[in-house]
Amino acid sequence: MAQAAAPSKGMTFGEMGSALAFAGLALLSIIIAAKAYTPEYAFHAYLFAAASVAAVFAIVNRFYERPAERPPLTFGGKPNYNMGPVKFATIASVFWGIAGFTIGLLIALQLAFPALNFDTAWLSFGRMRPLHTSAVIFAFGGNVLIASSFYVVQRTCRARMVGDIAPWFVVLGYNFFIVIAGTGYLLGITQGKEYAEPEWYADLFLTVVWVTYFLVFLGTVMRRKEPHIYVANWFYLAFILTIAVLHLGNNAAIPVSLFSPKSYIVWSGVQDALVQWWYGHNAVGFFLTAGFLAIMYYFIPKRAERPVYSYRLSIIHFWSLIFMYIWAGPHHLHYTALPDWAQTLGMVFSVMLWMPSWGGMINGLMTLSGAWDKLRTDPVLRLMVVSVAFYGMATFEGPLMSVKAVNSLSHYTDWTIGHVHAGALGWVAYISFGAIYCLVPWLWNKKALYSMKAVSWHFWISTLGIVLYISSMWVAGILQGLMWRAYTSLGFLEYSFIETVEAMNPFYVIRALGGAFFVAGSLIMAWNVWKTISVGEAVEEAPRAMQPALIAAE
Amino acid sequence: MSFWSRHKIFETNSIILIIGVLIVISIGGLVEIVPLFYLKSTIEKVEGVRPYTPLELAGRNIYVREGCYNCHSQMIRPLRDEVERYGHYSLAAESMYDRPFQWGSKRTGPDLARLGNKYSDDWHKDHLKDPRAVVPGSIMPGYPWLETTELDASAIAEELKVQATLGVPYTDEMLKHAESDVRIQANADDPNAIDLAKRYPKAQSRAFDGNPQKVTEADALIAYLQMLGTQVDFKLYDNKANVR
Repeated sequence: MAQAAAPSKGMTFGEMGSALAFAGLALLSIIIAAKAYTPEYAFHAYLFAAASVAAVFAIVNRFYERPAERPPLTFGGKPNYNMGPVKFATIASVFWGIAGFTIGLLIALQLAFPALNFDTAWLSFGRMRPLHTSAVIFAFGGNVLIASSFYVVQRTCRARMVGDIAPWFVVLGYNFFIVIAGTGYLLGITQGKEYAEPEWYADLFLTVVWVTYFLVFLGTVMRRKEPHIYVANWFYLAFILTIAVLHLGNNAAIPVSLFSPKSYIVWSGVQDALVQWWYGHNAVGFFLTAGFLAIMYYFIPKRAERPVYSYRLSIIHFWSLIFMYIWAGPHHLHYTALPDWAQTLGMVFSVMLWMPSWGGMINGLMTLSGAWDKLRTDPVLRLMVVSVAFYGMATFEGPLMSVKAVNSLSHYTDWTIGHVHAGALGWVAYISFGAIYCLVPWLWNKKALYSMKAVSWHFWISTLGIVLYISSMWVAGILQGLMWRAYTSLGFLEYSFIETVEAMNPFYVIRALGGAFFVAGSLIMAWNVWKTISVGEAVEEAPRAMQPALIAAE
Repeated sequence: MSFWSRHKIFETNSIILIIGVLIVISIGGLVEIVPLFYLKSTIEKVEGVRPYTPLELAGRNIYVREGCYNCHSQMIRPLRDEVERYGHYSLAAESMYDRPFQWGSKRTGPDLARLGNKYSDDWHKDHLKDPRAVVPGSIMPGYPWLETTELDASAIAEELKVQATLGVPYTDEMLKHAESDVRIQANADDPNAIDLAKRYPKAQSRAFDGNPQKVTEADALIAYLQMLGTQVDFKLYDNKANVR
């Protein structure tokens, strides 16, 4: 095989460079593993070493297997799209979704039945909860964003994705980061900053992956055959750029040593608090909102076969959304030791943020003008439209909760958890499910999903789950907040803290039930995706995008 | 040229779009975060706040490692019920050496900002081992391995040094004694405890987990919990002095 390669075939600069870089990383990892302060860190170093060696092997192997010429940019006058990495990220998102939802169900049950912590370090709530949040936000959501952005940018620019190894590095490197982060939490490696728990070495690695992601995306945009950059790509670009800025700002830390997993953050106390929530709220604003709005702007018009409702509205809401979100962080710190002026600024901008958010919602919903009947017949479109409705609901609730008077009741309670899940389950997960249901037949050249009925079941079961989840958390949160501040007629606090904990039990049970429904729905989706890929009816025309590479390899 | 057609420049030029996005997302963060570093009123002047002792810092790192912040806040808001339930509201100065800050965002369990000296060491030991043994309705996980796991403080001197680099006022003397200070503080009657208390005023030294034979993770964590919120003497604290 290797000998059969054409004599003119040589390694590209990218192949050579990345193979060398991975070889270097493997060597460095082995040295770190040998001198690591803790066995947990040594384990991670070995993982890095193994992955780097595997990467070198894969690059060299791929070189021998591939034809001498690079894949053409166009094929028969049409763009030769590179969909391999998109397929991988799509499958990964289904996998991580189920994993993340299941861990969420486990920690929900732990709060109702504490014996489920099993007195075991790695199974305890404090380590599992970051695993849940990272698995759903970064593993599930992140893979959906990478898959959809790589798909959308190629399609809307009518150009093959830039880079040869780079797109694969983004997809595989990102998923490797997830593995490092997740196993780290279980082993007790954490920075202790919410939604930014991975330690310095994982953060550094993610930075490299993310910069590559940005360059691949931007390069593809620059290669476009269309004069205009499509609106979805504005949102993807803002998401990728801003997440990079936030990641660097919030993870500025000095490691104790190259051989220690521990680092100390350069910010402290009140400054660290605001940097953290500047990051934290904009992880919501740019990762979970801007990125998924991009999905909305491509997949809803595509599925409904209608143009985006208003071009002008998309301009206004894009710029105002990204401008205002950045200010909203301090509403996580109302009545704390953060100076009042910052809290007030955060509140004012959070309330104003309602408008651009609803601008996006209106633009998404009104895209269905003239196609509303499709909601009856297409459960995939129904998932996406309901997700936009949930987006509208959560972005109304958010500004409400950011008002200081409301926040004094809601903060620290389960109301916040309910609010987050209205957005996370209703908006982020539903628009993701919609995108996955669209992408799978498109990517694998199938006529349609294996079962539309299963999509309908998925929709109704998870909707029931969401309703149980958010309504139980509303009641729990408001009850908790009221109990904490309740006074007797004699002027004493009416409830001890533990009484307020005990009062939560029935709601925690209902919430866990809602979570179970949501997990069940995602399992139906996984089955449907698997069936579609394995036995779904193929589109007559051969899969054009993959053709040249396949023929040559054979 | 209408307003809307001017937007074409962003839609047809990716670099200009990127620059535009960067400018727009920078403003809010700069306006809100940068002043916190130079406005003197951000952190009030107050007596008593000192850096963590090596043992307390090791305990704090266990607190972070186990993810206690997922359920416990360390930030008492100036609201009537909170002040009555937990004590004086938290000051920014009280967490000025906290890396990372652990104010938290959820109270599945109670606030811990002023937990120090509220319960006995024994209570903490029993509670960490099996929370329901002392608080029947508790839903906290048990942490029985803490009192059997020996504390690994071999890198504590390096850790203090990194913190000193970042501006925490650890003196050369503190750095020099970092490792021995861990053992001194976790011992009931070490003769050097006086020196430790000189370096770190109000530092409490004893076998926190009741076992003087070895320094465990429970020793460190309880040492940390017992100092939480005890540094500032609120009988002497004058809030008005900080009004500018």
